[in-house]
Amino acid sequence: MTELTKKSLTEITNLIKKKEIKSEELTESFIRNIEKDKKLNSFITKCSESALKKAKNFDKKPELKKLLPGIPIAVKDLFCTNGVKTTAGSKMLENFIPNYESTITNNLWNEGAFLLGKLNCDEYAMGSSNETSYFGNVMNPIAKNTVPGGSSGGSASALAANLTPTTIGTDTGGSIRQPASFTGTVGLKPTYGLCSRWGIVAFASSLDQAGPMTKSVEDCALMLEAMAGFDEKDSTSINKKKENYSKNLSDKIKGLKIGIPKEYRVENMPKEIDKLWENGKKILKESGAEIIDITLPNTKYALPTYYIVAPAEASSNLARYDGVKYGFRSNRGNNLLEMYENTRSEGFGDEVKRRILIGTYVLSSGYYDAYYLKAQKVRYLIKNDFDQVFKKVDAILTPSTPSSAFKIGEKKDDPISMYLNDIFTVPVNLAGIPAISIPAGTDNNNYPLGLQLIGKPLDEQKLLNIAFAAEKKINFKQTLKKWWEK
Amino acid sequence: MSIDKDKIKHISQLARISLDSKKTDALAKDLSSIFKFIEQLNEINTDKTEPLSSILNEPLRSREDVINDGKIREKVLKNSPQKNEEFFIVPKVIE
Repeated sequence: MTELTKKSLTEITNLIKKKEIKSEELTESFIRNIEKDKKLNSFITKCSESALKKAKNFDKKPELKKLLPGIPIAVKDLFCTNGVKTTAGSKMLENFIPNYESTITNNLWNEGAFLLGKLNCDEYAMGSSNETSYFGNVMNPIAKNTVPGGSSGGSASALAANLTPTTIGTDTGGSIRQPASFTGTVGLKPTYGLCSRWGIVAFASSLDQAGPMTKSVEDCALMLEAMAGFDEKDSTSINKKKENYSKNLSDKIKGLKIGIPKEYRVENMPKEIDKLWENGKKILKESGAEIIDITLPNTKYALPTYYIVAPAEASSNLARYDGVKYGFRSNRGNNLLEMYENTRSEGFGDEVKRRILIGTYVLSSGYYDAYYLKAQKVRYLIKNDFDQVFKKVDAILTPSTPSSAFKIGEKKDDPISMYLNDIFTVPVNLAGIPAISIPAGTDNNNYPLGLQLIGKPLDEQKLLNIAFAAEKKINFKQTLKKWWEK
Repeated sequence: MSIDKDKIKHISQLARISLDSKKTDALAKDLSSIFKFIEQLNEINTDKTEPLSSILNEPLRSREDVINDGKIREKVLKNSPQKNEEFFIVPKVIE
């Protein structure tokens, strides 16, 4: 029998439902892996003791009809967890213990799962390599000193290294899909409004969306089913009926139309990525889909638009960190103003400061029209590109990232080259539509590469089905040596 | 547009973030290159384009104005770095 922790979420859920394993045994196996890890630094907080207690409680009175019966899950440390430290990867929240639970984690616990730990991430989810975390770099289990991507880097790393059976992340510009692509895992950013944002530390509220990160498309459907749903507490939550994504999962995609946007063939794209993309087209064609060339003419402007909209919203969201109500407070300063300024100077890291300053500038008097209003107009054009294309196609196929995982430190001093990592993922957030990244091959170093499928708003089922069909044909196998256990 | 040190000082005051001069230099350089990148948007004519104000197709909901919590002073004060039983404490503002 394959080691328990290597199995998919769907497999272990079935084993528990068939009473072949107990939650305690399962939880112990993951805790053992977590304890053996000496290098990845994917956890900020471990909840081993409370997880074991919850596993034992579950076994005493197992509720086997739930979607996630007795499943331990570690989550990105951006989700507020009642009574458990929630840091957002920042010194500012180093000692913050929420006394409420985010809606998304609450939904998971209501389906029988419980908290295994809190996972490292870029500070306030601002980063593409997990190098902006106050709690240190995270390594990608695929190779030493390689970044896991970001901002959900700890989530991707822990999942790929079998330290958690599944996890959740948040995606503002690619923060689920890019790390999934870098670690050979599956990551879905749902339609804006499908998963509640209540209780998630805010970065850019019109772009932020929580989503599942899993070992397979089947697992992804199961997790989305558990997470999604209307929430009165989030004013942007969409009120619609719950869907049974996992029950309705099917690889029958005959006749579906898949668009290939020419604008995603960027300059200097590695040959391997081009090959991967070609292979993706071939596979979907073999499954009966029709491949259609399309154009998304404003793609080029998505990243510059994002770097106005996201920092603007961030500067406003992060104004709440004033050293008064919660979080860090500097002990330097002779008056209130100096206390604010020192608190924010000492509490935030460099990338967060950079983005707050960009945001403050583009919203400041005299510059609003030139930057923010301009960006909102271009955002309309970008969304309109997708609206037009989706009149003709069911989904869009692109690479997930313009490269495979890079080395720690490689892009740290050049913000633009770091930002360019999200070139294929950012347009989706601006348009509020869903997209999934699935592992689709490897490069010359044997590092994983992902393909991205983009869908219509609230069309997650079709997106999952296409991904499911592609996954079967690609048959990607993760081969990791457990170097992090030494 | 290039962002000089004075501009950085001005925005950092607006954002309530104190910066030492070394940081100011580095930020001026970073922000200048970021704004150069952002200003690609000037290539597009958007005179006749409406700004996107919401990504949702439906308008935002409003809810009934009812009290649904309260009496949670302890919870609210719990994470404050400095407090007494009833209040957040801040440096003196009135002489």
